[in-house]
Amino acid sequence: MAEVPISWFLTLSAILFALGVAGFLFRRNIITVFMSIELMLNAVNLTFVTFSYQLKQVNGHLFSFFVMVVAAAEAAVGLAIILTIFKNRSTLQIDDIDSMKN
Amino acid sequence: MNAFIVISIIKAAVVAFVLLTAVAYLQWVERKVIAHIQVRMGPYRVGPHGLLQPLADVIKLITKEDLVPPYVNKPLYLFAPFIAVCMALLAIAVIPFGPTINVAGYSTWMQLTDLNIGVLYILAASSMGVYGIALAGWASNNKYALIGGLRSSAQMISYELPMAIAIASPLLLSNTLSLRELVGTQAGGIWHWNVLRGPFPQIISFIVFLIAAFAETNRVPFDLPEAENELVAGFHVEYSSMKFASFFMAEYLNMVTVSAMATLLFLGGWDPLWPAQYGSNLIPTVIFLIAGLTALYHAANPARKMDKYTFPAFGIVFLILAGIFLLPIVQSWLLPLFWFCAKTGAILFAFIWVRGTLPRFRYDQLMRFAWKFMFPVAMLNLLVTSFLVAWVS
Amino acid sequence: MDVILFLVFAIIAVVSAVNVVVQTHPISSAVSLIGVMGSLAVLYLLLGGEFIAAAQVIVYAGAVMVLFIFVILLLNAGAESKSGRSFMVQLLGVPLLIALLGLLAFFVQRLFPRGVSVHFGGFTGGTAQAVGKALFTTYLLPFEVTSLLILIAILGAIVLARKEID
Repeated sequence: MAEVPISWFLTLSAILFALGVAGFLFRRNIITVFMSIELMLNAVNLTFVTFSYQLKQVNGHLFSFFVMVVAAAEAAVGLAIILTIFKNRSTLQIDDIDSMKN
Repeated sequence: MNAFIVISIIKAAVVAFVLLTAVAYLQWVERKVIAHIQVRMGPYRVGPHGLLQPLADVIKLITKEDLVPPYVNKPLYLFAPFIAVCMALLAIAVIPFGPTINVAGYSTWMQLTDLNIGVLYILAASSMGVYGIALAGWASNNKYALIGGLRSSAQMISYELPMAIAIASPLLLSNTLSLRELVGTQAGGIWHWNVLRGPFPQIISFIVFLIAAFAETNRVPFDLPEAENELVAGFHVEYSSMKFASFFMAEYLNMVTVSAMATLLFLGGWDPLWPAQYGSNLIPTVIFLIAGLTALYHAANPARKMDKYTFPAFGIVFLILAGIFLLPIVQSWLLPLFWFCAKTGAILFAFIWVRGTLPRFRYDQLMRFAWKFMFPVAMLNLLVTSFLVAWVS
Repeated sequence: MDVILFLVFAIIAVVSAVNVVVQTHPISSAVSLIGVMGSLAVLYLLLGGEFIAAAQVIVYAGAVMVLFIFVILLLNAGAESKSGRSFMVQLLGVPLLIALLGLLAFFVQRLFPRGVSVHFGGFTGGTAQAVGKALFTTYLLPFEVTSLLILIAILGAIVLARKEID
């Protein structure tokens, strides 16, 4: 067959999302956690564009565009926060940033 | 389908071969021009007037010891020059060198492929080229290389913004992102080129694009991250032989790409200066005729002994070229190719001229120039252009 | 032909994504994430989204990931340490994750068994023109609001990352 069923795209998106969740929950370096969030956002973008193909409308591309913009803004502010944390605590392991714990 | 694949492979091979040779000889041109600006000769001994110098350089670089220092991050160290050259070559895949050409019954455009989003594709390829330098600086495990790599990549992404906005302004006049159609909208003579036409001539945009192109390709006056006497040559200090050569090949390929972009966006691509019915087809013949006659005149009383043989040879070659441009069979594709190469060559000459003339920017001056001057100027230009285009239509 | 293209780039995407999660040094994760974004851009091209593919490479792979790599290079983040990793978390977490994935895949197969097939040229409405038209007519308000959002992000990043003036 020369055509790809659309459920394959959705399954790929689900796999990437699950991998993003895995990285978010299991990794302890704060930058890797942040990158897993970006992976999840990318998986969602793929879903949006896939559904836009199925419904033959361009709105999915627009949603994807806005998700990209928000992800870029979030990356900028998040990395600035990481820089500040590193300046104050000299560590990037999220287990060591626990001074509010009792 | 079969013919399409074969033609595409042949085109890709021709473009790759011609480009790599052109990059090697671009280095020869640069050394000669800078030498003459500095009132000296440049390469002169290896072949007539140093024409075999690039060959000698290639042989030297290939036969040098390819040392991989033991303390580097090997995967990234080996990956970085590959990325730099790969992205530089990818950008050339969409550049049209001329209109259609008929070879043995098959008609094809002088362009590897045309995308609807050609301009965005070139921006994407040049954005990815930053990784070659950043990863090279990191993988070398050397503080000078790291600082050089960081500075260079920060400079490249800072100047991507004014470049993208400077690209957006002529796109408002031409209304298309495809590079082939972009040239089509500028047909008809110099007053139709995007730099001089429409409700708002894009002169400011052209200058902003050129300055941003200097910074994107890490050329003087923005070459602080890779100058030999700054930071011990910056991000490529730990590289030797072919990997070092690939960084320089990537830089020259980037120069060719941005010059071609400037030609396509602002200077009308392969269109002649004035329409062909007023005799602009004779310009290349006239130019080569003058060059040939000058060479033959200087051959009569040469300044140096070797010139007694080389100048007449060059003179005859130029006269033959002038004759070729008169043949009607080749005129349909050779003339647009000549105009494209002439315009791109003029911008490349400007690159080399500036390198021989201007001093270097300091790094904080460079960044301040990008964010506090170039970006507002490009935005104002875009604003004025869009206002005038909306008002006229 | 389209199937081969999809399979190649889907496998590259999944392998790179696994690499992002598994690698200890953040810079290897970052380079793998660039691989994921590149292969996703090709998949967007297969789905007819040429503008989104170009935007993915320019914005995500070419700017956001450069930012990530900058921060990793500046902070000189070393490889993650192995101490203190809880075994209980892995024992509980991995099966739950596989359960999540299985649930999602099951629902996908259940709801779209005979959905549309994807091939090149199946959807031609993803050009820059179509996206631009929709962006400036239907989605004008979100567009303007996102420009405000970007302004706030720039201000926030500048305030957070500047040096203290003593």
